[in-house]
Amino acid sequence: MTLEILAVDDSPTMRDVIRLALLPEGFDVHTAEDGVHGIEVLEGLQPDAIITDINMPRLDGFGFIDAVRGTDQHRTTPILVLTTEAAPQLKERARMAGATGWIVKPFDPAKLVKALHMVAG
Amino acid sequence: MPAPHDPMAEIKASFFHECEELLDVLQDGLMAMQNGEEDSETINVIFRAVHSIKGGAGAFGLDGLVRFSHRFETVLDALRAGTLAPSADVLRTLLSATDHLADIVELSRDDAPLPETDTLAICDAIDQLIGDPAPKTTHQSDIDFEPEKITLNLDPSDPPKDQAHVPDTTSKIRHFRITFQPFAELFETGNEPAVLLRHLHALGHASTSCDLSDLPPFEKLVPDIPHLRWDITLETQADLAEVQSVFEFVEGLCHLNIELESVSSADPTPAHQSEPPQYRNDTAAPSRPTTGRQVKPGRPTPPVQKPVVRVELDRVERLVNLVGELVINQAMLSQSLDQSGLSPHSDAMHGVEEFQRLTRDIQDSVMMIRAQPVKALFQRMSRIVREASGALGKDVRLRMLGECCEVDKTVIERLADPLTHLIRNAIDHGLEDPATRCAAGKPAQGTITLSAAHRSGRVHIEVGDDGAGIDRPRVRQRAIEKQVIAADAVLSDSDIDALLFLPGFSTAPAVSDLSGRGVGMDVVRTEIQALGGRVSIQSAPGRGTTFSISLPLTLAVLDGMVISVADETLVLPISLVIETLTLTAPDVSLLRPGCHVVRARDGFFPLIDLGHHLGYRPLIETFEGGIVLLVALADGTSAALLIDDIVDQRQVVIKGLDDRFFRAPGIAAATILGDGHIALILDPSDFVSGAFDTPRVPHTAPAPQGEPA
Repeated sequence: MTLEILAVDDSPTMRDVIRLALLPEGFDVHTAEDGVHGIEVLEGLQPDAIITDINMPRLDGFGFIDAVRGTDQHRTTPILVLTTEAAPQLKERARMAGATGWIVKPFDPAKLVKALHMVAG
Repeated sequence: MPAPHDPMAEIKASFFHECEELLDVLQDGLMAMQNGEEDSETINVIFRAVHSIKGGAGAFGLDGLVRFSHRFETVLDALRAGTLAPSADVLRTLLSATDHLADIVELSRDDAPLPETDTLAICDAIDQLIGDPAPKTTHQSDIDFEPEKITLNLDPSDPPKDQAHVPDTTSKIRHFRITFQPFAELFETGNEPAVLLRHLHALGHASTSCDLSDLPPFEKLVPDIPHLRWDITLETQADLAEVQSVFEFVEGLCHLNIELESVSSADPTPAHQSEPPQYRNDTAAPSRPTTGRQVKPGRPTPPVQKPVVRVELDRVERLVNLVGELVINQAMLSQSLDQSGLSPHSDAMHGVEEFQRLTRDIQDSVMMIRAQPVKALFQRMSRIVREASGALGKDVRLRMLGECCEVDKTVIERLADPLTHLIRNAIDHGLEDPATRCAAGKPAQGTITLSAAHRSGRVHIEVGDDGAGIDRPRVRQRAIEKQVIAADAVLSDSDIDALLFLPGFSTAPAVSDLSGRGVGMDVVRTEIQALGGRVSIQSAPGRGTTFSISLPLTLAVLDGMVISVADETLVLPISLVIETLTLTAPDVSLLRPGCHVVRARDGFFPLIDLGHHLGYRPLIETFEGGIVLLVALADGTSAALLIDDIVDQRQVVIKGLDDRFFRAPGIAAATILGDGHIALILDPSDFVSGAFDTPRVPHTAPAPQGEPA
């Protein structure tokens, strides 16, 4: 089964890295540049999982998760937070906002793939 | 991972490109804060810039870059949280950290060793800002981008988060008993028990039972409240850490109990993928109590990307050259059609006109590809200002204007050195030291203004200071000492200023580290001239000095006036010509023998007989009926050039004269005309302000007599 993923990150490098990690594993990867863009993309997409950065312009990761969880359509879509901070309070905050799991950057592709499978089957 | 032509290297290259942009953003933000324009968004933006550099650097295992950007980020975080106030000192430290970050980025790109001692010094400075001398070591050591194999670890005492498993050689089978009861929060965060159970099953042989005892009768069921509990027995080669890692994301969101019941050693059968979970009760499939996942819509819309293409400069270069050839070719074609006697209303002539228009459009579009805002260049200069002012102990503010002005990339690249020199010069020699400034009633902080503007088809870049201005008596004294001018030479202010451009001319009383290292203003001028540009100086005592650089927008084409002089065809940049006129007797007055002026536009223009000046013919006797071009130069000087005829006005492709040719004064380059003939392109600045080219003759040069109205 091909899993459809939306990756939201303001850094083109990170988007490339995510795409590079997931495409060979058979994921279908969509990307967005920030939270606002991510919400726009989600209007026509029902991904199996969403990966999002926290620090982004316009709408940050927390705001994005909030907005996603607020829709009926994406209320239960698994969301992984990409973060460079391993700080526990950040994980706590991500969880409060409704994130399903987290990946600490820098991630290696296998870990990302594993985490995606862990939340999205 | 299958790798077609190393995509990682490509991403890495684009990461460094992104870094450059992020560093620009960072510097912009900090400078905006320095100018008192700080708001929370500015701080967020600079934080994100550093954060993104760190994130990307991590992905490529650029350890040093990760470490430093992490420290940097820590301070910015304090700034963002408001625990650190953005004082001038703090911003200065942050800017120097930015410079250092740029260095590390560059060194990382070149795989060069990093300047550890510098890094330590800057880190210390940063740490002092936040009063936290103990460096945090939160960055992960695990930054390899190599896919990590998930293998088994024998030692159950291993910390659960440790990902570096030792391969298992003596397969042991562990028996776990797991109870798992999700809370509502588990579902609210998008977790799914079925997926977790499936992962448990993937670890080995598991049998799962679902406890339905808490399930209320259907009519009382509230879908948002979970009522199910699962009991799992698992036989697996995986250790406790790995079993726990399945539940990593739901820690605290469920009742979870994992017990290692027993370990049986050396099972000959390898762990096998178990069959799908078997539930004792068919009605209790572990689906989430919410409405569940919706059906996927048929076609997802792809995200909108900004259409940007990165192209190697070589390809653009080739295109520019080809278009240059096209322009020449087009000119030749129209010329031969002109001579063929076709009616101007014939289809062929209309076609050629259209062709000409298209060629011009193509040319403009191609030039646009290479045009870049000067902003990046200016930002490099802001670093020069910081370094130079730091080294000289002068407090300097850099004001930048017109950063969005676009100039051909090749021009921008070659401007860096001359501008660096001018700025160092301005800080070292132009600006007084703080004490002198205060005594003169000026603010202690000096200002360097760097500006760019488009004016009449050229780009003008100015480096100005608000210092003491050129010490003209001193310059003059120095020139006499060096026997550059005669002791009794009569020089105007601008003549004296121009002496600064002579080779080896320095007025600096003390040779400092920064300027006065033997590279003089003459090098600056040579470099600017090589770009088809000119430098001029305006200086007012006590108010400062401004160096103005006037450059063509591109090095490739020129709007030229084709003229003929003594049967030679020449091209003059049309941007210089302010008027053409036919001389009548009263227009010309004799100043002294061999030196005439033309009266026009309420002023006097020195008359230069181009044919004579270029050595094509002897000086002509009578000027009446002669055609003159009034030219005005960027430095404010002007002249009347006597020519034989104006032939055409057209765009020409500049063909540089390489070093094998003698650089004749007044000749800038050459071009190929429509008829295939070569014509020289003139640079009148050499003979209008020719005084400054040959050191010993400034007093014989025609002095500008009037300004064009």
